[in-house]
Amino acid sequence: MRTQTYELNMGPQHPSTHGVLRVILELDGETVIRAKPVVGYLHRGIEKICESKSYPQVLPYADRLDYLHSMGNALGLCQTVEKLMGVEVPERAEYIRVIMAELSRIASHQIFLGSLVGECGALTGFVFAIRDRERILDLFDMACGARMTFHYIRYGGVVQDLPEGWVEACRKFLDDFDGMMETYRNLLVGNEILQARLKGIAVLSAERALAMSASGGVLRASGVNYDVRKAEPYGIYNRFDFDVPLGTVGDSWDRMMVRLGEMEQAARIVRQALDQMPEGPVMAKVPKLIKPPPGEIYHHVENSKGDLGYYLVSDGSPKPYRLHVRRPAFVNLQLLDELCRGYLLADVVPILGTLDPVLGEVDC
Amino acid sequence: MSENLFAKLTEHQLSDLAGLGCQLDGEGACLLTVPAERLLAVMKMLRDDVASSMNYLGDITAVDRGEAGFEIIYQLFSVTRGVKATVKVKVPKDKPEVPSVVSLWPGADWMEREAYDLMGVTFAGHPELKRILLDEDFAGHPLRKDFRMQPRE
Repeated sequence: MRTQTYELNMGPQHPSTHGVLRVILELDGETVIRAKPVVGYLHRGIEKICESKSYPQVLPYADRLDYLHSMGNALGLCQTVEKLMGVEVPERAEYIRVIMAELSRIASHQIFLGSLVGECGALTGFVFAIRDRERILDLFDMACGARMTFHYIRYGGVVQDLPEGWVEACRKFLDDFDGMMETYRNLLVGNEILQARLKGIAVLSAERALAMSASGGVLRASGVNYDVRKAEPYGIYNRFDFDVPLGTVGDSWDRMMVRLGEMEQAARIVRQALDQMPEGPVMAKVPKLIKPPPGEIYHHVENSKGDLGYYLVSDGSPKPYRLHVRRPAFVNLQLLDELCRGYLLADVVPILGTLDPVLGEVDC
Repeated sequence: MSENLFAKLTEHQLSDLAGLGCQLDGEGACLLTVPAERLLAVMKMLRDDVASSMNYLGDITAVDRGEAGFEIIYQLFSVTRGVKATVKVKVPKDKPEVPSVVSLWPGADWMEREAYDLMGVTFAGHPELKRILLDEDFAGHPLRKDFRMQPRE
């Protein structure tokens, strides 16, 4: 029997598109023939805005790119500017930055996990992940007074030292973290329905993932060992002992399992950082007026979505001449079309979930 | 730890690159400045050559240098060998066009579309060079220095 293909519009206001993503689906019955992502609904022109702002004014915009991993974004931008200026960050600040970035990674992956399983119908898993994430947001709140968009990491260090009792609170969280992971594994990894929804779906080969410039969990699920923290250690990441979880098949299931593994590794880094963290100042001597010398620099960090890069051109003035952000979620989202083809309409949402886009970052 | 690409190349390969019109700047950044018409040949050599095998295209972006024209900057990385390099192409202000590298790295698709959309650089040979972040009927390319920002009505 011949059927006629038809177009179905999904989004931009759709609860499972992680923001304002629009996908134009071409369907044959329930089978996806094409899934064309349409982006730009959240485009704020951050790169252009930054050209008319002073460097300290630019920093809060980094928090608003991938708002689930704000600490990592700010860390990347600060290191870019510091590298160009030749600023030496105090030891203690380096450790605090790593702790914050890794806690942020766990929180971001909890959203990933929660939304992915929630979209597959496991709303309990969603609630558990969000409940546990709240513990991390409380830690951030304690350190800088904000649950999101922190503006905590600044050029030269961090804005203030950790308050009294913070390290203990963080250790308490880490003690409970193993229990949280056990819950996720029992509730979700062992879940037959979730396995049926994710295993063998949307397989991405290692060669294709590399050719498509995928990064982060999407790339590593396909078995490519590329993590900026290992490939080009920035800050003090070479002092920590951690593994890079890799997938073998490259399907949706591997993309989820890699993120689960990354959460455990992030907790491992935080534990080591808490043990090694020295006392001392948390802010370097940075001039009041930040004017990097003329030049250009590309610096990249591993954030929860992948390889986040900043390309900064300075003309020696207090404002960036050009600031470009290489946004991993934007580049990864290209894969949606080819991953969805041939699968069912119901698979589109979990496939999109495993790509883990944050539209604040995609649209910039 | 990633290393400088030039340290890994043989004399012969270096002279091959120079023969293609590349200016090599090994000081820190590992920067290759390539004429636009030779870009594809150089990129292909960087990707396929065993000594470099730049199998990962990190980023494509463009910078408006005013009267001096535009610069298009590519960040390359070798996942297998852990080396990196930056490739830069300078194009004149009145004809900002470079060949597309989508045929070498299909992941360049959206990166080039973004640079086209916001900076107005044309990537010849791109399969679908359309605006990606802005509306199709948007006038101008906002990241250009001569773009006038309009106040909201």
